[in-house]
Amino acid sequence: MRKNTDPQAAMKQHMGLKASTRITNTFVYVLLIVISIVWLIPFVFIVLQSFRIESTHQESYLLPKQWGIDNYIHLWHTNFPRWYLNTFILALGVAVLQTIIVLCMSYTLSRFRFKMRAGLMRFMLILGMFPGMLAMIILYRVLDDLHLTGQYGNVVPGLLLVYVASSGMGYYVSKGFFDTIPKSLDEAARVDGANRAQVLTKIILPLSKPIVIYTTLTAFMGPWADFVFARYVSQMYQDSLNVAVGLQSWLATDTMIFNNYTYFCAGGVVVAIPVTILFICLQRYYVEGVTGGAVKG
Amino acid sequence: MKKYDELEYLKLSKWQKFLYKLLSFFTSVPTRIWNGICSIGLFFKKIGVGIAAEAKDIVTTFVNGDWKTKLSYLVMGFGCLARGQILRGVLFLLFEIVFIFYMIVFGAEQIGLLASLGVQGPAREYNAVFDSYQTQYHDNSFRILLYGVLTIFFIIAFLYTWRVNIRQNKVAEQILRSGKKLKSGKDDLRSMVDDNFHRTLLALPLTGILVFTVMPIVFMILVAFTNYDAAHNGYTNQLFTWVGLDNFKTMFTWTAGGVNYSAAFGEILTWTLIWAFFATFTNYFLGIFVAMMINKKGIHLKKLWRTVLIMTIAIPQFISLLYVSKMFSLNGLVNGFLMDLGIIHKAIDFWGTPTLARIMVIVINIWIGIPYLMLIATGILMNIPADLYESAKIDGASGWKQFTKITLPYMLFITGPYLLTSFTGNMNNFNVIYLLTGGGPTNPSLSGAAGSVGHTDLLITWLFKITTGSDTKYYLASVVGIMVFVVVAVISLIVYGLLPSVKNEEDFQ
Repeated sequence: MRKNTDPQAAMKQHMGLKASTRITNTFVYVLLIVISIVWLIPFVFIVLQSFRIESTHQESYLLPKQWGIDNYIHLWHTNFPRWYLNTFILALGVAVLQTIIVLCMSYTLSRFRFKMRAGLMRFMLILGMFPGMLAMIILYRVLDDLHLTGQYGNVVPGLLLVYVASSGMGYYVSKGFFDTIPKSLDEAARVDGANRAQVLTKIILPLSKPIVIYTTLTAFMGPWADFVFARYVSQMYQDSLNVAVGLQSWLATDTMIFNNYTYFCAGGVVVAIPVTILFICLQRYYVEGVTGGAVKG
Repeated sequence: MKKYDELEYLKLSKWQKFLYKLLSFFTSVPTRIWNGICSIGLFFKKIGVGIAAEAKDIVTTFVNGDWKTKLSYLVMGFGCLARGQILRGVLFLLFEIVFIFYMIVFGAEQIGLLASLGVQGPAREYNAVFDSYQTQYHDNSFRILLYGVLTIFFIIAFLYTWRVNIRQNKVAEQILRSGKKLKSGKDDLRSMVDDNFHRTLLALPLTGILVFTVMPIVFMILVAFTNYDAAHNGYTNQLFTWVGLDNFKTMFTWTAGGVNYSAAFGEILTWTLIWAFFATFTNYFLGIFVAMMINKKGIHLKKLWRTVLIMTIAIPQFISLLYVSKMFSLNGLVNGFLMDLGIIHKAIDFWGTPTLARIMVIVINIWIGIPYLMLIATGILMNIPADLYESAKIDGASGWKQFTKITLPYMLFITGPYLLTSFTGNMNNFNVIYLLTGGGPTNPSLSGAAGSVGHTDLLITWLFKITTGSDTKYYLASVVGIMVFVVVAVISLIVYGLLPSVKNEEDFQ
């Protein structure tokens, strides 16, 4: 602890502090600019390379010598549209169903106090410690028995089933949200003669727009990024891949990279654009969900 | 170790305090694990006591009950039907009929086969239609195990329903004795959206979890005790069967010069822990740092900086990971740049050099992870009461001191549970490792172990490698899976007790 009894000295120190603040602020600006560049650069590169038409492989320069949309046109003549459609349908289905399941689960665990509640939550915590990949081997065999794998050209229903079925385990974030809605609202409605289902549909749901959007958004984004299980189930049949597995297959070997690199970039851009636009529009809800979720644990 | 009381502790110097804390943490680890084991024991004891109480209740209900109740022990739902609760009665009865039918037609046989997992494998047999010898397939070990597990689940469900049926009779008798009316079917339906609304809501999610998470896990745990692999796939080549603890022995024994899974396991586990540690904490501290920079007073365009980082979350990870991985490949962009600039003359093999590859995955993971951490940290930083900083400033605390004495403790307190889940999440972070390096570069000293183990392989990617390709060893994969669970559980058990937000949530405020 320092004490400056001399007012002039204190004044001097104050001025010095201001100058030093200016220096640190400049420093912070520089750092932030560097960070922004580092974080955005790969995406800028992808976009640039997706417009390069003079060669399909990796080059050591960045700006295309010949610009064109040939890579995008080429995408049409590959299996890419099919992959895209698979993933899109899957993402829509998952977004709707998973949201319903997660909300049912989290609302119940937040609002009701029943006998098995604590046990159930602990059980799911322990269940979550098993690597999910373990279950994939058997789920894959079961789906194969049900004719829902790549060799039957019919992967979407099976993947949808598996994605949605266990999604109840991810209830933490939305439970945290429901915990913050005061219980007195429920009680008031109950006094007015509403039953519990009406409390949910008439009182709570209208207040839950942020968490519904957050849950739907994350559910929608899931299938675009899933790699392992989609790959298992597709058995690498071209018609049954999702975008992640499909685009990865274009870069599987060095020869493939040589032939497909710019197509991969174009495909990546096509995949990223709609998801990114959606995400930027709903950013606010996403941020609320993530920050809330981490605070509640 | 010497235990200090509070006064003695305060007299210690900074270093001694730190040392003391560290020591007391490590000496408490065995106790924590022991407590964990004890609590498992207590759990089973509780279950035992519970079952005994239930059994006693079942007997007394039978002895004290009227004839309707007594008949319900045999014909489920009879009591309900006889007392006019048609809906309940019909449901109970229906369930019993379905169960008995299932057991007679299918279930009993499956349970019988479960002990051997099938007797007759595929064989060359004379086929009269084709007038030649054809391969005939018989038992299917996989299905036997699967349906066996399903049947056991079904039996448990039946026993539970039977028990509920008996309790209902007891309750109904009590209600009638006290002169009140029983609930009608209409009342029951109404309670589904009211008093029993939680059951209605939970029915679907819990069924999903039971069928698609619990059942597969039980199944895969059982597989660890069989010899299920590519050569014993249970149907088209050889049946698989129970082998007891052999797989665990294979995994953990050391034979000089032979195939040593224990060596592979030890090495991969070590790297998995190192990776999880660095992946979690580099992201955590750098994320806080970035968030603090953006939140700093006098910095403009806060929204822009944040949006730039958030945008990178939106782009599906596989695209950025694959792209970055190729960017650093031998003939990739980075090597090209560096060579064109004349900084290096020979391409750097980022993914082919063990240590470099390991550093690269950690660094690229920072690139992936910071936006999330920035978001989380921003939310929390804004919640720290500003007057804490004001008073610190008045006391002349430097920026660093404010960080270590206010910001960091606050963050650690709030995000303790998050740190734990993100540590265990990183242990199982398949995508980052697999899409960046595919587990490579291959580690020649472990070439004997299944699935060509690489230097950046985590347990989870190793598990994946064992279960794909031509030489699949499902039994080994499930042993690895169980070990992952054990490691995660032990870490959680140790750390959970340390978390301040679990212990004294009220104290902090």
